[in-house]
Amino acid sequence: MATSIGPVLNVTRRELSGYFSTPVAWVFIVIFLVMSGVFTFYIGSFYERGIADLEPFFQFHPWLYLFLVPAIGMRLWAEERRSGTVELLLTLPLTAWQAVVGKFLAAWFFVGAALLLTFPVWLTVNYLGQPDNGVILAGYLGSWLMAGGFLAIASCMSAVTRNQVVAFILSVVVCFGFLLSGLPMVMNLFSGWAPQALLDAIASFSFLAHFADISRGVIDLRDLVYFALVITVWLLANTIVLELKKAD
Amino acid sequence: MNDLCIEARALSKHYGGLVAVDELSFEVGAGEVLGFLGPNGAGKSTTMKMLTGFLAPTSGTALVNGHDIVEDSLAARRSIGYLPEGAPSYGEMTVRRFLEFIARARGFEGKSAITSAGAAIERLNLDRVPEQTIETLSKGFKRRVGLAQAIIHDPSVLILDEPTDGLDPNQKHEVRHLIRDMSSEKIIVISTHLLEEVDALCNRAMIISDGRLLVDDTPQGLIARSRYHDAITLVVEQPEKAASVLSELPQARKVELREGELTVFPADGKKLFEVISDTVRENNWQVSELRLEAGRLDEVFRQVTQGEVS
Ligand SMILES: Nc1ncnc2c1ncn2[C@@H]1O[C@H](COP(=O)(O)OP(=O)(O)OP(=O)(O)O)[C@@H](O)[C@H]1O
Ligand SMILES: [Mg+2]
Repeated sequence: MATSIGPVLNVTRRELSGYFSTPVAWVFIVIFLVMSGVFTFYIGSFYERGIADLEPFFQFHPWLYLFLVPAIGMRLWAEERRSGTVELLLTLPLTAWQAVVGKFLAAWFFVGAALLLTFPVWLTVNYLGQPDNGVILAGYLGSWLMAGGFLAIASCMSAVTRNQVVAFILSVVVCFGFLLSGLPMVMNLFSGWAPQALLDAIASFSFLAHFADISRGVIDLRDLVYFALVITVWLLANTIVLELKKAD
Repeated sequence: MNDLCIEARALSKHYGGLVAVDELSFEVGAGEVLGFLGPNGAGKSTTMKMLTGFLAPTSGTALVNGHDIVEDSLAARRSIGYLPEGAPSYGEMTVRRFLEFIARARGFEGKSAITSAGAAIERLNLDRVPEQTIETLSKGFKRRVGLAQAIIHDPSVLILDEPTDGLDPNQKHEVRHLIRDMSSEKIIVISTHLLEEVDALCNRAMIISDGRLLVDDTPQGLIARSRYHDAITLVVEQPEKAASVLSELPQARKVELREGELTVFPADGKKLFEVISDTVRENNWQVSELRLEAGRLDEVFRQVTQGEVS
C-alpha cells in the first residue's frame, strides 16, 4: 500500500480549511477549553492538592475525548457519503487509503491545536510552582496520541453510516469499550473463567493504562507502538468499510 | 501513450438481487461523443461509476486507454475527467479554492494549480462567482463548477453524467459548444434525458434499459428508425377529402389525421414528396404547410425502451 504523501496532504489541507469555515470547529474548541478548565480546577481540585503538576488536567482527558472526539469524527465520512462528494473524492487519482489518512490527519491536527490552546493551564502551574515540564510535555504527547486512537475509531464508524448521529453513538460505544477494558470492573467480568492470556490481552487494549504510563512522564516505546498500532488498524478498517459501503 | 479508447467487456453490476448493469460490452474511440440514453434506472449512472473506478464491477471489466479499471484503477482515473450525477462538490468551499484543490489532486503543483483553476473558471463562465461558497450558488452554477472540475486537467476521456441538467437555455448552448470544441481529440461520454442534445452533440448514441444495450447507432440512424422518417405532413383545407385521395396512392402505406395535420407514411423504401406535390397540384388543394419529416427521436426512444409502436 504505497502512500505518497502529496495527495494525502492535499486532502488534509482541504479538510482543515473546511473546519474553520464552519462553526463546528469553534464550538468544539470552546467546549474543549471550558470543560478542561472546569474539570481541572473544580472537579480535579487543582489548587487544593498543593502539588505543582498537571495530573488533574490530564486525568480527565480520556473522558472528555470520549464525547468530543466522536463529535469531530462523526462527520468525516458520513458527510461525504450524504452529500455525494465521496464519489468525487474517490474518482480522483488517489487511493482510498490516502483519502482516509488525509482526512484523519486533518482531524488529528485540529484536536492537537485545541490541545495546544490549553497552554494557559500550563502557564498557571508554572506561575504557581516548579512543575516538571518534561512530565507535562509527555502528558500532552500521550493525550494527543490517545485522541488519535479515539479519532481513528470515530473515523471508521463514520464510514459505516451516512447518518452522523448514528456514527456518533457507535463511536462513543466502541471508544468506551477501549477505554474501560482493563479497569477492575470490566476485568472482574472475565476473571475466574477466562484464561490469563485473554485477561492480559484485554487489559493491554486499555487506552487508560497506556495513557497513564505516558502521562506519568514515562515514555515507553511499547505505549507509543500501542497507539500507533491502534490508529493504523482502525484506519485500515476504515478503508475497508469505506470500500464496502461507499456506493450504498 | 496508449491509444485513446474505452473498452467495456461484459461489465456487470448487481445490487443484491437487482441487476443494474448486465454484461455491457462496447468500445468507444477517439473523436466519438457517445450519448448514453435510457429510462430512469436503466443503469447509465452505474455504468459511469464503474468506468470511473468508483464502483467495482460485480463481473467483467473495462479498459480506459489500455488501463484496466479494476487492476490499474489509478492510471485509468488519471486520464478521466468525471462529472458525477448531481454534480457533488464541497459546499463550504469557495469556487476557486475547490478548483485549486481538484487541480492539486490532479497533479498540478503550486502556481500551476492556481493557473489551471483560473483557466477552468474562465472556461465555464464562473468569473462572477469565484469567491462565493459553492453552497450559495444556484443549481446551474453548481453544475458549471462540476464541469469545471471535470475538465481542469484537460483529460483525454470525459465522462459526464447529465451535464446540462439544470442549465438555462443559454448555458446549455454554451456547454454544448464547449463539449463540441473539445471533442475532436477526446472521448466524451454523456448521459442525458434530453433527446435534442443527442442530436445536437453526439455522433453516436446508445440506448440502454434494465442494464442491457438495446441500440447502438448514430443519431441519424436512430431517427431513421422512427416511423415518421420520410413521412410527409401537410395542412390542407379539406383534410378528410385529401386523406381519402392520398391513401389511394401506391407509395403511401398509411395516412393519419391528427389535429388538422395530415401525415402520410411511405410504403417501404418509397419516396413521397414528389408524388404528393403532384397530387396537390392536380387537385388544386389549398395547402398552407407541407413538410418532410426527419423522424422523431422521442418516439424511437419509446419504441425501443417499451416496445411501443404508437
Ligand atoms: N446503491 C444502490 N443500491 C441498490 N440499488 C441501486 C443503487 N444504486 C443504483 N441502484 C439501482 O440500480 C439501477 C440503475 O440505477 P442508475 O442510477 O444506474 O440508473 P440511471 O440509468 O442513471 O437512471 P437515471 O436516469 O434516473 O439517472 C436502479 O434500479 C437503481 O435503483
Ligand atoms: Mg443516472
